[in-house]
Amino acid sequence: MSKSNFTRRGVLKTGAVAGAGLALPTYLSAAAHTGFTNAPGDSEVVLGFNVPQSGPYADEGADELRAFELAVEHLNGGGDGGMLNTFSSNVLDGTGILGREVKYVTGDTQTKSDAARASARSMIEKDGAIMISGGSSSGVAVAVQGLCQEAGVIFMAGLTHSNDTTGKDKKANGFRHFFNAYMSAAALAPVLQSLYGADRNAYHLTADYTWGWTQQESIAAATEAIGWNTVNNVLTPLAETDFSAYIAPVLNSGADVLVLNHYGGNMVNSLTNAVQFGLRDAMANGKQFEIVVPLYSELMARGAGANIVGIPGSQNWDWKIENQLGSRYAGTNAFVQSFGTKYGFPPSQAAQTCYAQTLLYADAVTRAGSFNPCAVAEALEGYEFDGLGNGPTLYRAGDHQCFKDVVVVRGKENPENEFDLVEIVEVTPAEQVTYDVDHPMFAGGALGECNPGA
Amino acid sequence: MLGLNRKDTTLLIAVAILTMFAPIILNPFPVDSAMAQFNAGYPDLMQRFVIFGIFAIGFNILFGLTGYLSFGHAAFLGVGSYSAVWMFKLLSMNVLPAILLAVLISGVFALVIGYVSLRRSGIYFSILTLAFAQMSFNLAYSVLTPITNGETGLQLSLDDPRILDGAGSAGSLPVTNLFGLEMRATETVNLGPWSWDFSAGYYVCALIMLAAFYLSVRIFRSPFGLMLRAVKSNQQRLNYTGLNSRPYTLAAFVISGMYAGLAGGLLASMDPLAGAERMQWTASGEVVLMTILGGAGTLIGPVLGAGFIKYFENIFSKINDNVLHTWFAVLPDGIEDFLVTIVHPFVGKGWHLTLGLMFMLVVIFLPGGLVEGGQRIGRLFRRRKGKQTDAEADASKTPAE
Repeated sequence: MSKSNFTRRGVLKTGAVAGAGLALPTYLSAAAHTGFTNAPGDSEVVLGFNVPQSGPYADEGADELRAFELAVEHLNGGGDGGMLNTFSSNVLDGTGILGREVKYVTGDTQTKSDAARASARSMIEKDGAIMISGGSSSGVAVAVQGLCQEAGVIFMAGLTHSNDTTGKDKKANGFRHFFNAYMSAAALAPVLQSLYGADRNAYHLTADYTWGWTQQESIAAATEAIGWNTVNNVLTPLAETDFSAYIAPVLNSGADVLVLNHYGGNMVNSLTNAVQFGLRDAMANGKQFEIVVPLYSELMARGAGANIVGIPGSQNWDWKIENQLGSRYAGTNAFVQSFGTKYGFPPSQAAQTCYAQTLLYADAVTRAGSFNPCAVAEALEGYEFDGLGNGPTLYRAGDHQCFKDVVVVRGKENPENEFDLVEIVEVTPAEQVTYDVDHPMFAGGALGECNPGA
Repeated sequence: MLGLNRKDTTLLIAVAILTMFAPIILNPFPVDSAMAQFNAGYPDLMQRFVIFGIFAIGFNILFGLTGYLSFGHAAFLGVGSYSAVWMFKLLSMNVLPAILLAVLISGVFALVIGYVSLRRSGIYFSILTLAFAQMSFNLAYSVLTPITNGETGLQLSLDDPRILDGAGSAGSLPVTNLFGLEMRATETVNLGPWSWDFSAGYYVCALIMLAAFYLSVRIFRSPFGLMLRAVKSNQQRLNYTGLNSRPYTLAAFVISGMYAGLAGGLLASMDPLAGAERMQWTASGEVVLMTILGGAGTLIGPVLGAGFIKYFENIFSKINDNVLHTWFAVLPDGIEDFLVTIVHPFVGKGWHLTLGLMFMLVVIFLPGGLVEGGQRIGRLFRRRKGKQTDAEADASKTPAE
């Protein structure tokens, strides 16, 4: 041990002490002066769009991203303005949000909670995003919503259909425009009864995560209320791509209806497997065998092709709704027009909900006159609006869930073109799908208090 | 110093300086410049650098020294995360008990899996560990949902007991801390156009990483480490000398598993969520990539590999078409669109492709990993300066491959 070694230790110590010394002082950082995380400067504001670009929900993610880009363009005064022209609130004038130009960053959730949180954290910490939006998997939405609550930014959920997002896992900083599994079940049950009768035996295949669980629970409860019997419920992994092993036992189980609680790529694969196994031509218990897909989308219909014909399900919104059901759903055509002009095809329901969420956020900030998450949350709570394509809608204060009409749809027999794969069976008014904040399926969580962060 | 020889001490000091000044080193570009996209000095990514560095250091103790290729190390990472989150839910938001439990539980887990798997070597050992890891993943994903919360991931909630913390701030989720120092506390220092984030969580991770690194250096240089190298060079011959090598390999396996558990516990301490995908085989493959990319069997290699992969995952995956268009905006429209089309598959969601290409290049041209690359560059400069071709020096520096 020579003397020089001791100086090295000195160097090491000094380094550590200096590092700790830099880290420890608790003088207020820039964000703290304004009272909330990532307060935007005077010229621009950054939004974070966190969508699945890979994994089973990649198609939905791509469409969500298109809608976000369109929304930002419209907020900044580009394009034809889309739903800004039909929105019941008139405070948005195409000059960005509160006079600041809207910028955005994107990230890939990979349809995994972990990756989604990492991506959202980098948006908040590195890019200074003041609001995070996106989703396309309820597992991811719940995880990111929790993160946004802790970090003190607003989370505007995109496509997430689990009851838990605004139920057990609801958060004060999180808001959902999309409908949920309970609403799907409430809207579907009467239609199923009129289509297939009250004496049916249902076999459920369910995606094994929060959305699948709550949707299965909701559908089972609603169909049992009309007299159906639930034969079995089999959970399938989200990452599964081949469902033949799960489909094979269905025919001999005594069931005569198969309920596919799957979405996106999962549903395309499981439905294709079911059709290949001849389920649609089979007879069981003296009745025609039927398949039900409770949550539906045009993107899935496109993926499933002819297999989807005649299969009933529910949607948050459909691009044809204003043409078929009139001006109650104003905004739809304006949105389809500008989306179609930009991308060459009509938007999916995932795109619509993300577009609407971005506008709703911008509107709430403008009405509140501040980007402070608590002010924004207050502006959104109990807010009634119209003209975003869903008819009159309420953002309920008690759980941050939107209440609006639910569209019941069916795969179209003779589609006129590749975008016309879904026909609207009926629209269930919002009153019929409304539930209490403390409904048992949504119990067990609390909003907590809004967190403005720093 | 500290029982290390001169060279190792220099290395340790270099690593210490690098980690302590990482927030500055990793943010070389001013905030408003176009290059700010490539800044990596934000707390989340820096924490990942050092945490996955710990993971890879631990993996290297097993793979680099004994040559046993475990394809299921992510299981220990996941077990560590779940243990830590449960500690946050039940006991306290202090990270210390959480990390301790994470290390302990993953050690026990490694003991069980190692005891069975180490009865075989080579490819059979790899397959056994892979099978165990996939088993753990599937258990966490569906069967053990009450404990792991399945695909959604285990999260904190307002009504967790948290016995030691008592009734904390009602209405909002508590944050992880170390005796009151919040892990998410970040000091932003602005110096001219630069902005540096000094995060408390990062420094906690970095100090633990330094300790882990020091321990691994000691293991590498110890008689125990020598025995592990003997296992790698020829286990059969070792057995024929009358020595039972299994306790040594099992010890290496357990130590390595505890490192992984430590990394998992730290991950959960920085962001209190544990998801099943942390245990998936892709995560196990990632640590193998990190170690090989950086240089298996070298001290610093795995840390470099971990940083390299995490940088790609977090920085390249965020470059979208919009960003590309701003890069090439000076060019005429036709060329701009053409270039964007060319580059598009390699960035954004295509970052795996870029990483794969880099990995191939490294494995083909630098079999010793990034460390070998560094040595070659170093040698190049030395040859230019001095005349002597230092063959002996080279021999002593080649990784223990």
